[in-house]
Amino acid sequence: MGVEICVEGLTKSFGHQVIWQDVSLTLPAGEVSVMLGPSGTGKSVFLKTLVGLLKPDRGSIRIAGQDITKLREHDLYEVRKLFGVLFQDGALFGSMNLYDNIAFPLREHTRKSESEIRRIVLEKMDMVGLIGAEEKLPGEISGGMRKRAGLARALVLDPEIILFDEPDSGLDPVRVAYLNQLIVDLNAQIDATFLIVTHDIASARQVPDNIGLLFRRELVMFGPREKLLTSDEPVVRQFLNGRMQGPIGMAEEKDAAQVEQELAQLGNGAHADSVSRTEMTPRLLPGPGITRPPRWQAIARREAELHPVHAWKGAGA
Amino acid sequence: MSLSPTGALRHSGSLFAMALDVLRTMPRRPFQLREFIQQAWFVASVTILPTALVSIPFGAVIALQIGSLTRQLGAQSFSGAASVLAVLREASPIVTALLIAGAGGTAICADLGARKIREEIDAMQVLGIDPIHRLVVPRVLASMVVAVLLNGLVSVVGVAGGYFFNVVLQDGTPGAYLASFTTLAQLSDLWAAELKALVFGAIAAIVASYKGLTAKGGPKGVGDAVNQSVVITFMLLFVTNFVMTAVYFQIVPQRG
Repeated sequence: MGVEICVEGLTKSFGHQVIWQDVSLTLPAGEVSVMLGPSGTGKSVFLKTLVGLLKPDRGSIRIAGQDITKLREHDLYEVRKLFGVLFQDGALFGSMNLYDNIAFPLREHTRKSESEIRRIVLEKMDMVGLIGAEEKLPGEISGGMRKRAGLARALVLDPEIILFDEPDSGLDPVRVAYLNQLIVDLNAQIDATFLIVTHDIASARQVPDNIGLLFRRELVMFGPREKLLTSDEPVVRQFLNGRMQGPIGMAEEKDAAQVEQELAQLGNGAHADSVSRTEMTPRLLPGPGITRPPRWQAIARREAELHPVHAWKGAGA
Repeated sequence: MSLSPTGALRHSGSLFAMALDVLRTMPRRPFQLREFIQQAWFVASVTILPTALVSIPFGAVIALQIGSLTRQLGAQSFSGAASVLAVLREASPIVTALLIAGAGGTAICADLGARKIREEIDAMQVLGIDPIHRLVVPRVLASMVVAVLLNGLVSVVGVAGGYFFNVVLQDGTPGAYLASFTTLAQLSDLWAAELKALVFGAIAAIVASYKGLTAKGGPKGVGDAVNQSVVITFMLLFVTNFVMTAVYFQIVPQRG
């Protein structure tokens, strides 16, 4: 079973530049959450703070009953064993081939025999579709493969919490769809707590239980998927619909008068478009052949009621 | 690197903090033997040839200087004694320091810096592995061991080079050169030089690792880190060399 992460009043700044302040949220155990935000709003910094790579200025992060912002370095290494993190570029060790990369955590932390390690590594490589690429070096493969290898490495220690730093950046839409399906399947199989940091709206609409949005140095909103998808908050609506009209500008933020004018125009003319897109997107369900735990059975039932046609495909399998 | 006084203080502070961490982590099991051997081999392979090539002319220059000086003073019988003393006491630890910092340290710094900016170090920490224990300690130990061995190499090659130049090129007497070997130099000189090399190896590797692990700002950051690590290491090594030499003269009675 996954572990709950409880963040309270978290503030981080580099020098005089405040990255975000007073972020409070709870990532429920075993659920998938997505953290959205325009580029440069400190999403990756948030992720690194959660694993204790960066120390926040204020606030607490409680994981399994421990406040990791106050832990000593040595205890922090113990807590980190709960985590699996997929970094943006996979962060594979350049001097080792894929097999050794994925076996690395097992060799360092467990006393398993080589044959047992082999079994686990090949199982995880199969899961992410990398069988046959064991001997490849990270420099010789594509970005998508590096990501999947990074994911396999994050999975070998059976983590309770998995963090994804932009799993979809630099991937083509088809691979993103596969990756999303993989994430959902994984959640049904291992029941860990997932946090995905991304700015891909399509994934954010389909995959998670909860969505959070970082903008203008603070957490604008965090809550169940339905709440954010139907929210009237201008920033949330603008981001989830990926349109130019709204408070988010090209460089940073726009002035209030311009925002009002744009939103008024939107209210008159382009309303139909935004309504159709704000409609609830069907949720991605675990694929056929994956035994669904009770949580996912409940989600599938609810989806079947909301989207009878779509769910028919999922249920028929 | 920030030029403000507080910035400089902070950097020195973190450097010493890391040196302490390395000391504290050193006895922790399991010892990373594989990494140690790989690194020792690596540092040795990048330094042995340049060291040998540098120490021949270094020994020769000393022999030339001393040869002409002793001739002017009419003390040719002491030229062997003086050049051995110079090579053993000063030349070999300095040559070792330059090469360990210039060839070994830069390689360590560039390697760790590249890993840092590719987030490999972060990934390692997230996997619950302490990079100090896993990467830095083996490198520091490897660099210390190789520095000690290199110092021996430099002494031998330097003395041999000095012999060649004195005897063959300056028409010195082989017998006098060899016989005067131990008039001034003593065994404790060798131990002191080896101790110096040991300390230099540690300093070079710790500075290089510190700079590598704190590299930031993409590939340019790695370049800057390597540059700074060489400069800082050289400054530290020469100061340390002076202090250790001064202490050595105070505690070990000299001949002659």
